[in-house]
Amino acid sequence: MPTKTLLAQQAASLTDLSIYRHSGHMHAHTKPALHINARQKRAILKRMVLIRVFEEKAGDLFQQKLIPGFIHLSIGQEASTVGSCSALRPDDYIISTHRGHAHILAKGADPKYMYAELFGKAAGYCKGKGGSMHIADFSLGILGANGVVGGGFPIMTGAGLSIKLRKTDQVGMVFFGDGASNRGTFHEAANMAAVFKLPIVFVCENNYYASTSRADKMVSGPSIAARACAYGMPGHFVDGSNVLDVLGAVQEAVDHARSGNGPSLIETSTYRYRGHFEGDKQKYRTAEEIHAHKLHRDPIDRFEKLLLIEGTLTREDIDAVWEGVNARIDEAIRFGMEAPLPQPEDALKDLFVNL
Amino acid sequence: MKSRYISCSKAISEAIAEEMEQDETVFILGEDLVAHGGIFGQFSGLPKLFPDRIIDTPISETAIVGGGIGAALTGMRPIIDMHFADFVTTAMDEIVNQMAKIRYMFGGQAKLPLVLWAPDGSGIRAAAQHSQCLESWFVHTPGLKVVVPSEPADVKGLLKSAIRDDDPVVFFQHKSLFAQRGPVSPEPYYIPLGVADVKRPGAHITLITYSRMTYRCLEAAQELAGQGIDAEVIDLRTLKPLDFNCIAQSVSKTRCAMIVHEACLTGGFGAEIAARIGEELFDCLAAPVARIGAKDVPMPFSPVMEDFVVPQVADIVACAEKTVKRKRL
Repeated sequence: MPTKTLLAQQAASLTDLSIYRHSGHMHAHTKPALHINARQKRAILKRMVLIRVFEEKAGDLFQQKLIPGFIHLSIGQEASTVGSCSALRPDDYIISTHRGHAHILAKGADPKYMYAELFGKAAGYCKGKGGSMHIADFSLGILGANGVVGGGFPIMTGAGLSIKLRKTDQVGMVFFGDGASNRGTFHEAANMAAVFKLPIVFVCENNYYASTSRADKMVSGPSIAARACAYGMPGHFVDGSNVLDVLGAVQEAVDHARSGNGPSLIETSTYRYRGHFEGDKQKYRTAEEIHAHKLHRDPIDRFEKLLLIEGTLTREDIDAVWEGVNARIDEAIRFGMEAPLPQPEDALKDLFVNL
Repeated sequence: MKSRYISCSKAISEAIAEEMEQDETVFILGEDLVAHGGIFGQFSGLPKLFPDRIIDTPISETAIVGGGIGAALTGMRPIIDMHFADFVTTAMDEIVNQMAKIRYMFGGQAKLPLVLWAPDGSGIRAAAQHSQCLESWFVHTPGLKVVVPSEPADVKGLLKSAIRDDDPVVFFQHKSLFAQRGPVSPEPYYIPLGVADVKRPGAHITLITYSRMTYRCLEAAQELAGQGIDAEVIDLRTLKPLDFNCIAQSVSKTRCAMIVHEACLTGGFGAEIAARIGEELFDCLAAPVARIGAKDVPMPFSPVMEDFVVPQVADIVACAEKTVKRKRL
């Protein structure tokens, strides 16, 4: 058994990236998804690129002051998100976080309605009432991004209970970060999900910073995945920059839930390249640290290299993916920009169904 | 058909049984429900009738309330048992930031057909953490409907409507009224949310009240009648939506209004009603609007102190007399 805890190793790795191979650790999940075919791999790459481009352009638009309020980007975390959502069916549920654009896109949302929402337009997913932190598409099983850190756990517990009462074989996946793992909501939901054997997958995307606070200073115990043990559910730590590793671990958890065996907890080690929010001065970390992650652990770069080595895609194929995504995002931005603003009085609608 | 006399407890279990019978998405989630039909016996008989739909949970109010929200969002119609209304504080994020806002902030995509059933109020000598009336907090949170019934017939009809409602309803059931009996039709019926009820017609002063204080106001009205003061008693029954028309009609007639609630006075719902009467009915008022509520302290344990803090019939009578005396012609 390793002497260092995963959190301590992860802290060390902010300069030394070797721990992300984490071979042999009791919680490490080392069964990448090998069964998927070339078409699926291309789709995974496309989704990751879609998120990357969506987020980068959202950052640019924010800088140009075209997006009101503030936004939290997840550039660098694409493998964790896409790997997780690739294990789901369209009728499965997700709940996302304040850093939620990626989850929503990964579950199939249309970027044009997302940009419209970011711009505060009536054509947005939430008619301009939600904004960046509160996007939902119930028709896609997206029960919403939640602006309250740790707000999603109890709600997903209820969705899981509902699945059980309705006797369907759906699965619910709740995303959260290292910060939210310290909320009491996590404990209540994890315990209840476990005692009721609810079909829920808890996906902790440990990007190592809760706003400005490092996980190794704020999270007790050997890892977040290790907390699963306390609730009698499976828990796995997985390299969140490797999309097939994530998919392998999450698929196992989803299958476990779908076959009635109850919840699981997956912790993905990942990293956000941008600040907590756009405009964050980021005094809590160095430029070198960010650079090292971009250089050695970029999830898209890693996956592209794999696909090239395998011969699944050619360089031209990959370029075509980027071009296609860029065109789609530009069109989505145009749609959002041109869409009309809501009427101020629309603020009074949508509160109640019957009133 | 002839009404029977049944208790509020019986009205609650009948209402839920009828709704569960006709809709299998209705279920109850909460602590200690199965063994005794709820800690007040309010769900007696239901665990036997619907064994899979009365669900005992761990002591996890956050997950219980959040669980109700998640279930409501995905096709169920949950009733969340809060155990004691005081414990809403352990799930305030779920109630205020989630339940009340999810439909609105997602642009009306979702509906949350759920009832947060919360036994509130004093009278069982349970002291500071098990005796509060907290309805003002929720009336002050857009996105929630708030029901505060008194007599068994209202409890039944309003609870059935609350369960059928597609929006979240906070349903405050006064603990001192569980055993209160009253006439209830044996036929199924609904009472719409947002309709007040004149429990006693009168000409000289309007007593605007709800929940347990309805009974105290009716008693006070009887005493006042002995002194030649004819009081009208309005039971609001729901605070949101509020039936202000009923208040306006009555106050236009009596030209004198007094609000009585058990919640503490400062920042209580009486202040809202008084303000609206001032804004909208100023021209017909013949006296200042009066208010009675509990004194602004946490509920003390010792019965002599509790009775001092909570409005009594004598307090209502005295305040009504004083208010009527101030009426100008």
